[in-house]
Formats: sequence, structure tokens, C-alpha cells
Amino acid sequence: MIHLENINKTYPGLVPLHVLKGVNLDIEKGEFVSIMGSSGSGKSTLLNILGILDTYDEGKYFLDNTLIKDLSERKAAEYRNRMIGFIFQSFNLISFKNAVENVALPLFYQGISRKKRNALALEYLDRLGLKEWAHHMPNEMSGGQKQRVAIARALITKPQILLADEPTGALDSKTSIEVMGILKELHEQGQTIVVVTHESGIAYQTEKIIHIKDGLIQNIETNAERKDSPFSMEGYIK
Amino acid sequence: MIDLLQEIYASVKKNKLRTLLTGFAVAWGIFILIVLLGAGNGLLNAFKENSGGLSSNSITLYGGKTSMPSHGYQRERSIDLKNIDIEVIENQLGEYLNNGGGNFNLSRTVSSSKDYIAGDVSGTYPSFKDTEGLIIKDGRYINQADVDQRRRVIVIHEDAAETLFDKDNPIGGTLMIDSLAYQVIGTYEGKGFRSNTDFYIPIQTMKLIYNKDNLDRITFLLSDKITSEAQNEELEQKLRAIMGQQHKFDKEDKRALWIWNKLKQHLQQLDAATYLTIAIWVIGIFTLLSGVVGVSNIMLITVKERTKEFGIRKAIGAKPSSILRLVLVESIIITTFFGYVGMIAGIGATELLNSYMGSQTVDAGAFSTTMFSNPTVDISVAIQATLTLIIAGTIAGFIPARKAVKIKPVLALNAK
Repeated sequence: MIHLENINKTYPGLVPLHVLKGVNLDIEKGEFVSIMGSSGSGKSTLLNILGILDTYDEGKYFLDNTLIKDLSERKAAEYRNRMIGFIFQSFNLISFKNAVENVALPLFYQGISRKKRNALALEYLDRLGLKEWAHHMPNEMSGGQKQRVAIARALITKPQILLADEPTGALDSKTSIEVMGILKELHEQGQTIVVVTHESGIAYQTEKIIHIKDGLIQNIETNAERKDSPFSMEGYIK
Repeated sequence: MIDLLQEIYASVKKNKLRTLLTGFAVAWGIFILIVLLGAGNGLLNAFKENSGGLSSNSITLYGGKTSMPSHGYQRERSIDLKNIDIEVIENQLGEYLNNGGGNFNLSRTVSSSKDYIAGDVSGTYPSFKDTEGLIIKDGRYINQADVDQRRRVIVIHEDAAETLFDKDNPIGGTLMIDSLAYQVIGTYEGKGFRSNTDFYIPIQTMKLIYNKDNLDRITFLLSDKITSEAQNEELEQKLRAIMGQQHKFDKEDKRALWIWNKLKQHLQQLDAATYLTIAIWVIGIFTLLSGVVGVSNIMLITVKERTKEFGIRKAIGAKPSSILRLVLVESIIITTFFGYVGMIAGIGATELLNSYMGSQTVDAGAFSTTMFSNPTVDISVAIQATLTLIIAGTIAGFIPARKAVKIKPVLALNAK
């Protein structure tokens, strides 16, 4: 599903910052992967490249066998819309739109009629247990609810991959468990998910942990059982 | 489209006061533009009306006094225009001049059984009506048969008709000049600077009764072959040459023959009107521009505030064009909406001005003149203003929209 070949990225400036120094990575369809590293390791840059939010200088990135390189803004927007679902740390809901409208927004950019996309949005909200909250504004909802709205928005286009950037970063431990539970459920339904985090407690709930340090992948840890870690579901440490 | 409007509505609702203040600047700009245009129109309309429909393409010759000796004559010799001159000029310059005619004035007392007027009696040709731009109110003007048969008929001012006759219709009434009876065949409208003491009779009647072959002036209509001031100038020179030969004066002697060229005046008037209109538009547009800059400024702030929102939109698949459209349309809607408010207020103001001042006239005794006539704008101005507004809105929104498009989603999402 994802194939990275020698990805290099340098931020230009007075002192150019070489963030990614040749990243090679393969993520298969249906995998539940986390990218873990400390701040400044390059994990966010890697996620941005995976999400076509940022460009890279060297190498090749194939997403579902499509080479993602030197895309026009328009094309990039289209790929993001159809292939990628984003979940952010700070939810990034649009404040003056209610839950349904927020969830339906990606479909608006696909040109789907208002009636159809709102119906679909309601269905996804229902799946995430937020039917009652469909017409509430983001500021009337708790953090956990907002993140669930964001997940619904990420899922509504049936993306190839789901990219989550510190999805529990702004949540308390109880709702963090809830959100990770939702991601796991989605994984069981066959969704490819990449989570970026600096918390090992979160990373160890995925099946594969990619450790990144100083712009290079250090090692890839398989964690099929998920309970192997010292921070299993039961022993969750925030 | 409905979605787009809802987005804009939400954005405007969030910033009510700011939008209102900006909109006010635009409304004010358009208001000023409309009022200025209305006032300008009023001025021009009054100008037109005051020239009383005087035909704008006539040329009039007056005899003067020579200032140079020529053909063996001394200077200071009076030049008297004759009826034959009309024929001579038409023979040579018929291509450019037509409807030739002349008139001769005498100050006479015109009386009816009711009252009398100390008036100016003019012997005229039938063409006089056209060259002077007389508008006949009742009856008719002098025709060729009147001239040929030397009929004693007379055309009078509408006000004179009221003074001299009791009944509504003075046509057929009798007036006395120097103990001779004349029959009234028509009245003319007295708009603008037309004097109400002018009476017109056929030229041949005048010649017969007063035994005069002189003409005070000769008037022609210019054909439409003359369109520019340069051609006009050339024609005047030819006229001086012909008349110089006819009356034996030097063709360079400008004081021997006076030429009043209304086309020249008319062309200059047209220019003046154009300049006035341009000046008004320039002032109006600049006033509007300050409003547009205001809108642009506000949109810039809005875009800055919505950086994160645009970043989110881009991340979930908004194309650059859709972001561009969002900002541009918002700008156009704000500008157009408030512009229309200003325009309606402006039109209201001009109508108010019209009802107060539109009918006010300055009475100068023999004639009355309007200062402002119909100081309003017509539909074409409204359309022009609408176009101006849409263009203004696009300009106002363009820079902010470009800025919005250039927002990088990565940076926007990190902006906390």
C-alpha cells in the first residue's frame, strides 16, 4: 500500500535542516502501524509526506502503486481527498460547522449533493455513537466526541489509509483508550492505519512499531500480540 | 452555489460589526458616485434645456464694419447683408450649407384689442424655424407661400399670446403693427433664453412694407459632412472669401463679417460635458476605491484568521480553485450588497434633490432659466455602477484570495 524509497527531505533556511535522510519503508494493506520517535526525529515530516501535505526532495513514494511526486496543488488535493483520511491531535474541526457538516465536508469537495452527503455523514456519526450530537457545534462537545467526529470525517471518503497524528495527544487517558479502541476496531475491519506518536503506550497498541530517530528508521518492531508490551491495554500508562 | 453562500453567510455572521463597517465604506463610495453623477446630469440637462433646443448645427453671419481698406474703399465701411447673398452662398457651398435664410429686425409696437407689447418684429424665411430651433406650440410657422405671396401673417411667443389675447387659442387673432393688421398663424414655446417680445413675419412682407433689402443676419444649417472643428474652420474661411468678393472686403478682415458657428460651440459643449462626466467618475471611483481598499483589508484579516480553517479544508481535499472562489465570492457579495444599499440611497437622494430643486427656476424677466433639471441617473448608470461594484469586489478579494490559496496545509495545521 505504501512504499517509500530513499526519501530525503531538507528544510531550507540559513542553516538547512536535513530532517529525513533516506527513509525506506513498506506498509501493507490492512496493517496497523505506528511511527514512534521523540520530537525532532522527523516523524511528523514523514507523516506529512505520507499525507501529501508536504513534498520531499529525493526518493520515491508510491501510494497504492501511484507515484506521488511533483503533484500540482489541485492533484494533491484530489489524492488527499480520495486516498487519505486524517486524524489530528487538535481534531481540526471547523468551528462554525456542526458535526454533520464537518463530517460531510470531504464529500462536498467531491461534488456530492448536499442531501446525499449529509445522509452519509449521519450514518458515519451513528457508527461512532454520535447520532444524538449530529447537530451540535464542536464547542459543545467533549474532546473525545470531537475526535470521534474527526474520525468519522476521515472515514467518510473510504480512504486507502488513515493517518493519525498523535490522535490521543489532547485527550485524557480514559478517552484515549476509547479512541484507540475505535482505531483497533477499524483495523479489524481491514482499514490500513498509520499512527504517529511519541508515547510508547499508544505505539504498543499497534501491530508494528517503526522507531525513527534523527531522520532514519532505526528498527521495526513487530508487535502482533499487542499485549507483549509493558504498556498493554490493562497496564495503560499515559 | 447554496453551499458557497452558506459558507459566506457563516463567515459574515461571525464578523458582523467588521463587515458592516467595511460595507459602509463601499456604500458611501457608491452613494457619492451616484449623487455626483445625478448632480452632473442635472447641470448638463439644465444646460441643454436653457439653450432652448437651439439648433446646434447652424451657422449665422452678421455684417460688420471693415477694418482694412480694400477694393479701393476706405476702412470703416458698413457691410450690409442682402437677400442675394443667401443664393450666392448656397450656389457655391450648397454641399455643406442648406436651409439658408435670413431675417431683418425692427422694433415696433405690437398691439391687439386687449393690450400691446413693445416688441422686435423679424422678417424671416420659412427655414428660420429650423435654424433657430423654434418649437411650434400651436398652429404653424411661416411657409413658402406666405413669403411668396407677401401675406401679413405673424408667429408669436406663447407668453405674448396670453398677454394679447383672452381666449385660449390665439390662432386666427389679429394684431396691429404700424396700423397694419396681421393674422396670428402660430405660437412658439418659450423655453430657455427665448425672449417673449420676438414676433416673426414673412421676409417678403417685411421688404414690401418697409422697403428694405437688408438682412441683419443670414443663417444656414450645416450638413452632416461637417463633423470636426478643422472642417468648420475651413468652411468659415470659404464663407469669408465668397462674401469678401460679394461685398468687396478683404477676406482676412474678420471685423467685416461676424460668424457665429453654433456647431463649433456645440462641439466644445459636448467636450465640456464629457470632461465633466469623466471628472465625476474619477472622483466617484476614487471614493469607491477607499471602500474597496477597506474590503480588501478586512478580507486579508479574515484570511489570516481563517488560516487554520483553510489548512483543514485543503488537508481534506479542497482544491485551490475552491478556496479562491470562497474568498472572491465573499468579497464580491459584501461589495455588491453594500454597494447596492449605497446606490439605492444615492438614487433616493437624487430623487429628493429633483423634487426640491429640479423644478426651481431663476426668473430674469424676459426669460427664465433652470439651474438643475432632472438631476437623476438613469438605468444605464445603475448597470455601469453594478459592473463597477463587481469589478471592485473582485479586485478587493483578489489579493486576499491569492494569499488564502498559498496557505500551506502543513503550516496551517500547526498554527495553534
